[in-house]
Amino acid sequence: MREKEINKLKDYKYGFTTDIENIKAPKGLNKEVIKFISEAKNEPKWMLEWRMKAYERLKNLKEPNWQKPKYPKINYQNIYYYSAPKGTSNKPKSIDELDPKILETYKKLGIPLQEQQRLNGIAVDAVFDSVSVATTFKDKLNEVGVIFCPISEAIQKHPDLVKKYLGTVIPITDHYFATLNSAVFTDGSFVYIPKGVRCPMELSTYFRINASQTGQFERTLIIADEGSYVSYLEGCTAPMRDENQLHAANVELIALDDAEIKYSTVQNWYPGDEDGKGGIYNFVTKRGLCKGKNSKISWTQVETGSAITWKYPSCILRGDNSVGEFYSIAITNNHQKADTGTKMTHIGKNTKSKIISKGISAGYADNTYRGLVDINKNANNSRNYTQCDSLLIGNKCGAHTVPYIRNKNSLTNVEHEATTSKISDEQLFYCNQRGLNQEEAVSLIVNGFCKEVLQQLPMEFAVEAQKLVSISLEGSVG
Amino acid sequence: MLEINNLSAKVDKKTILNGLSLKIKPGEVHAIMGPNGSGKSTLANVLSGKKGYEISGKVNYDDKDLFELAIEERAHRGLFLAFQYPLEIPGVNTSNFLKTSLNAIRKSNGKKQLDALEFLKIVKQKASELKIDEKILHRQLNVGFSGGEKKKNEILQMSLIEPKMAILDETDSGLDIDALKIVAKGVNALRNKKRSFLIITHYQRLLDYIKPDFVHVLMKGKIAKSGCMELAEELEKAGYEKI
Ligand SMILES: Nc1ncnc2c1ncn2[C@@H]1O[C@H](COP(=O)(O)OP(=O)(O)OP(=O)(O)O)[C@@H](O)[C@H]1O
Ligand SMILES: [Mg+2]
Repeated sequence: MREKEINKLKDYKYGFTTDIENIKAPKGLNKEVIKFISEAKNEPKWMLEWRMKAYERLKNLKEPNWQKPKYPKINYQNIYYYSAPKGTSNKPKSIDELDPKILETYKKLGIPLQEQQRLNGIAVDAVFDSVSVATTFKDKLNEVGVIFCPISEAIQKHPDLVKKYLGTVIPITDHYFATLNSAVFTDGSFVYIPKGVRCPMELSTYFRINASQTGQFERTLIIADEGSYVSYLEGCTAPMRDENQLHAANVELIALDDAEIKYSTVQNWYPGDEDGKGGIYNFVTKRGLCKGKNSKISWTQVETGSAITWKYPSCILRGDNSVGEFYSIAITNNHQKADTGTKMTHIGKNTKSKIISKGISAGYADNTYRGLVDINKNANNSRNYTQCDSLLIGNKCGAHTVPYIRNKNSLTNVEHEATTSKISDEQLFYCNQRGLNQEEAVSLIVNGFCKEVLQQLPMEFAVEAQKLVSISLEGSVG
Repeated sequence: MLEINNLSAKVDKKTILNGLSLKIKPGEVHAIMGPNGSGKSTLANVLSGKKGYEISGKVNYDDKDLFELAIEERAHRGLFLAFQYPLEIPGVNTSNFLKTSLNAIRKSNGKKQLDALEFLKIVKQKASELKIDEKILHRQLNVGFSGGEKKKNEILQMSLIEPKMAILDETDSGLDIDALKIVAKGVNALRNKKRSFLIITHYQRLLDYIKPDFVHVLMKGKIAKSGCMELAEELEKAGYEKI
């Protein structure tokens, strides 16, 4: 048994738990709990009202069930909606005051928070369960007017910006999980890039789930004002547990005239064991609004973790000449399931979108690309290019492509290409003959397959992501 | 170097190799000819470790029981197979594949890994010696390569890896005269006292350039006849019927 545990840790090296005292809201979903969260975060009244509105709305909503991966009914009353390490809520945050256990946790995850060890050129917001525990390089960013802070802090310090934009891309009434998030969201990042500013460093948020039976309800809001640029990356990990934990995030991006947001995700939540026990339910709503003319939003995701991944990072191309991009790698192994893709809504004229999706399935896993290209009637001269490739390893896994196109304008150009291939025994034999073992061979072939997407990642993360791609498929052949 | 004793191989109960024996000493070049379907590629596959055969008999390679070694271990110990039909691997850059392969083999032999620059220098030189257009190095592995380009790419890999025992499965088939000379040149350049070759071919022409030490005829899963160059000339004239 112990040996098995150790072996498992080798496969998923982020699977450890930090033993730390937590402050928790009572279990369950009700008004008291929402009040508890709002109070713990020192929120103004309008925010609590906003949450309550969402909560009222939630009562009339049902969980969607059109997705391919099915899951056992979630008991929403059996979840902790707020859990924070003692001493992290309320206090002014200085990294020196942080519990050394938390510092150690992030160090182990490869995200050192202390001054002297910080990652060069990357500002990090570290979210531990329901709270942001530290944000680095805040002062340096302040010098150019960039605001990068936990959303809970932004609600207090920059209420005008938050009020103006929160919920404008994902309305609180959107759908079950988005509404749930609006009622109980805890932390996440807030980014504002002022007019004409090119953010001088990569911004990133590192999400860590630690406490058991706790859901994480991340809320992130990024606003790129006119002519600005920002590249943002999020990473995620969680301990190995037999239970399924829910991560239901809402991420909203807003790009004004001539602004560009590049949003990258490396998602490595605990995927469950090789029999499909445990793992995170990653049910996420991510949507970007290209509000201004010539604006651009680009999503890049590398999804290797989670028991179930269910998300469609989308772009609403409202500004004329705006551009939306979606680059995705979704890897499912063992009993993992993914139903992911994007929605490109063309509203403005000359809007362009590009979708490159690479799905890789191994073991007993199931991988679905689901996408919608929606061209509205005034979106003259819009274009979309979609390419969906699936790669199968072994013959017990599945891959599906569900591309919808809704075109109400005849002056448009929509192209779609799709391929499904399998790593053949012959290809593996060829690689083995040239000195590569099974794992090296699979890693080489898969990295080649995903190259177009990996290239989109910021340099600092591309190498990590490449390794992650290989590790997630270990043991998938032979 | 390689000693094959009474080797048989079956696929789905169908016997393909049937008691084949052959001994190749260091430095020797052996050619194997034989009709289509006689089992030449099967021999090459079994030696390099391809799965799916039911095997009996014994093969000693470099003082080891060959069947105890995994496919990649055989490669690490210097066994190389130039494929009759090299595989296409979409998305994988040819140069990157060659480098990964060479470094895997070097690593297993305790040699230092070549970085991108060192490798590029070597591969460019080898490619130019073999008159291979460098452009193929930047393309996806064998994808859209012409038949001849695929074969030349196999020879390029052989000359990078510098194997101890190289098996060439019909590398000359489908090559134009110039390419044929290049393949022969690739083999001859590597030839030395320690390195052995097993060259599977249908044509005497390649052998004219390479001049093997022995020529064997494989029929019905075993060696039906062995000789020297004259045997190849005979076969070219009279075919396999008389054997
Ligand atoms: N996996 C397999 N399943 C069934 N039959 C096979 C398999 N592999 C080889 N054979 C058969 O075994 C015989 C020998 O095949 P092999 O490819 O070794 O011939 P060869 O001598 O290389 O022929 P050629 O000169 O045409 O390349 C053929 O009849 C072939 O159809
Ligand atoms: Mg053959």
